[in-house]
Amino acid sequence: MLRLETRPQPSKWMALASPLLALLITVLLGIALFLLLDKDPLRGLQMFFWEPIRTGYGWAELGIKATPLILIALGLALCFRSNVWNIGAEGQFIVGALAGGWVAMQATPDTGRGIVLLILLAGVAGGMAWAGITALLRARFNANEILVSLMLVYVAELLLSYLVYGPWKDPNGYNFPQSISFLAVTKIPRLLEGTRVNIGVLIALGSVLAFWVLMFRTYAGFALQVGGLAPAAARYAGFSSGRALWTALLLSGGMAGLAGALEVAGPLGQLTPYVPAGYGFAAIIVAFVGRLHPVGIVFSGILMSMFYIGGELAQSRLGLPKAITGVFQGLLLFTLLACDTLIHFRLRWASSSRRVSA
Amino acid sequence: MLMPSARARALGISMVYQHFSLFETLTAAENVWLGLDKALSLAEVTASIREVSTSYGLEVDPLRPVLSLSVGERQRVEIVRALLTQPQLLILDEPTSVLTPQAATKLFVTLRQLADSGCAILYISHKLDEIRALCHHCTVLRGGRVTGEVDPRTQSNAELSTLMIGAEPPQLQRVKRQAGEVALSLNRLSIGKTSPFGTTLVDLSLQLRAGEIVGVAGVSGNGQQELLTALSGEDRRAQPGSVKLFGQDIARRGAKTRRALGLHFVPEERLGRGAVPTLSLAQNTLLTRTENVAAFGWLRMGRVNQLAEDLIARYKVKASGPGAAARSLSGGNLQKFIVGREIDAKPRVLIIAQPTWGVDVGAAAQIRGELLSLRDAGCAVLVLSEELDELFEISDRLVVMAQGRLSPPIATADATRALIGEWMSGLWKEGHHAAA
Repeated sequence: MLRLETRPQPSKWMALASPLLALLITVLLGIALFLLLDKDPLRGLQMFFWEPIRTGYGWAELGIKATPLILIALGLALCFRSNVWNIGAEGQFIVGALAGGWVAMQATPDTGRGIVLLILLAGVAGGMAWAGITALLRARFNANEILVSLMLVYVAELLLSYLVYGPWKDPNGYNFPQSISFLAVTKIPRLLEGTRVNIGVLIALGSVLAFWVLMFRTYAGFALQVGGLAPAAARYAGFSSGRALWTALLLSGGMAGLAGALEVAGPLGQLTPYVPAGYGFAAIIVAFVGRLHPVGIVFSGILMSMFYIGGELAQSRLGLPKAITGVFQGLLLFTLLACDTLIHFRLRWASSSRRVSA
Repeated sequence: MLMPSARARALGISMVYQHFSLFETLTAAENVWLGLDKALSLAEVTASIREVSTSYGLEVDPLRPVLSLSVGERQRVEIVRALLTQPQLLILDEPTSVLTPQAATKLFVTLRQLADSGCAILYISHKLDEIRALCHHCTVLRGGRVTGEVDPRTQSNAELSTLMIGAEPPQLQRVKRQAGEVALSLNRLSIGKTSPFGTTLVDLSLQLRAGEIVGVAGVSGNGQQELLTALSGEDRRAQPGSVKLFGQDIARRGAKTRRALGLHFVPEERLGRGAVPTLSLAQNTLLTRTENVAAFGWLRMGRVNQLAEDLIARYKVKASGPGAAARSLSGGNLQKFIVGREIDAKPRVLIIAQPTWGVDVGAAAQIRGELLSLRDAGCAVLVLSEELDELFEISDRLVVMAQGRLSPPIATADATRALIGEWMSGLWKEGHHAAA
């Protein structure tokens, strides 16, 4: 019978190489998938790994997709390092988009550019408030934060639907479920004319630096992570677990809300039922593939964006179903977890199932 | 040689582990039954437990659930279980660490009886007195190598420890010293238990003075954990006024605040409590040392590394450097690091649990020496230990903990092992205060 045995000292090098190994296995499985679907595997891989980075336009599109992924994944990485399992970033993203969208809808022709800052702040506040519900229920009633945050995603989706089908529906919108198109003054400033990429990319890169500093150069970040690694040591040191819970959830909620506001006032320009694009869930994969490290998250965020764009290209050019994006994302997480398991444990062929004592 | 324990039993080998392997919710008989040949019925097993326990003088009530048994009783269950398999070879790993001296003496009687009836006994212990009193032949191991085979009955403690650590342990210098002001005082501290298997603390009173070491003896599981968390600030349920530090009420203060007031604590669990296993030694200094945290919580990593490097050098910690993960160190070296981290903080009160648990003799002597010089520097030290020898060696006064209560203090010079052993069963006279 096969059994897993803890390795005394997991290889540090392999822990870093694991995402690359997982990517390699994902690609191999992808080739097999293309072959089974009777598509040219080379063309298929080209759609995912070459087409998105072939042109400047492609890079700009990658930037648009990667920005929310990186922003959300940064917050989640801090959460997961603190042993707080926020699975509901998607909901916090939606509420951030709603809050930012509401501010954008208040704009009049006289409004100044400063409103963009208000939109972003409102997004942060919205995401924080939504995550705060989870923190409150956990702190007050010890409700499991995984379940609560996940359930709140569906509540947020219904809230969005209610608003765009009801009170916020554009009166001149031919009864489509959508808000008014936001005025140009609310638009997130573009980075390069002619592309859709905006200053969100800079905000994401700035956040990477900020989270790196927080995680590795501040006492608060250290205390958070000790709570995740060894709760008894955190109690011994006197780090409050309640504070860690609130900090982690509010920060990650705020980041998801910020991503939502950037999205709605950036590429989308109005609220529709299609605001949630799955970034909140995909960011969980981004965070883990990026080793819960801010710099790693940049690379994994770009990789996941390639899957998004490649999936769209495969749909239009190869006639593959759109679900292929999800399949690739899932494969990557699955192979990564498998690689990680084998780094921490080794397989042993045991002749008997009885535990042997030395 | 590794083999499934069922096969070992079939060959007549039986083992009693240092850490018990009993199911707390089952009765003693059920626990024994689980480990035996399936052919026997529970009633038969119960009868044979009674038989074996009377013939060897090991009192065990087979029908009591294990959770209601004291640690010593649990060990007797383990030994009875081992005996029921009629072993030709009985292996015991540090069996006396949870026994009072009286119970240990009783155990030795049983073991001699067993040996006389033809059973071979492999007895693993680091307590030299026990080895000398009990064993006919002794193999000494150091760092995974055999360093000697002797007849322990003809050896002195010093000779044996020379074999164990390669050098004779330094003699500790204890100078008599007048204790100073009251540093830490407990005033009728009572705390309810947090788990069904915990201990309720009842009316604990104690005064710890600057410049003295007070030892807390007792069989583990008698409230030591509860007392430690109440003193360290990990448990803040103590009633106001029941814990005072230099006259200031700290009963409800957190661990950080207490540390800032000069109270430092070394827990018994090194990995996971005293240190975060996966973090480096440098990062682990930050658990209790905040002098390298600048404004806005900015970490001065250069100084954090420097502190870890200094601790490694000063306390002779064997580690690859400040970047070494805590779990990569041996138990003794990690303990030296943690003790060093707290001593280096110049505490006014140091509370330390099991300071030399699982630590080799050389490191143990070093740690005890550090505690003594800390005391001489005017720090108040409270040591909780299961090892009476250790407590007698370094303490100025002793108290005993039993069933969640604290005995009156007694000067170490006036105490005998027999008296402390009696107290460890909870048998002290409340009026004993006069002796201290």
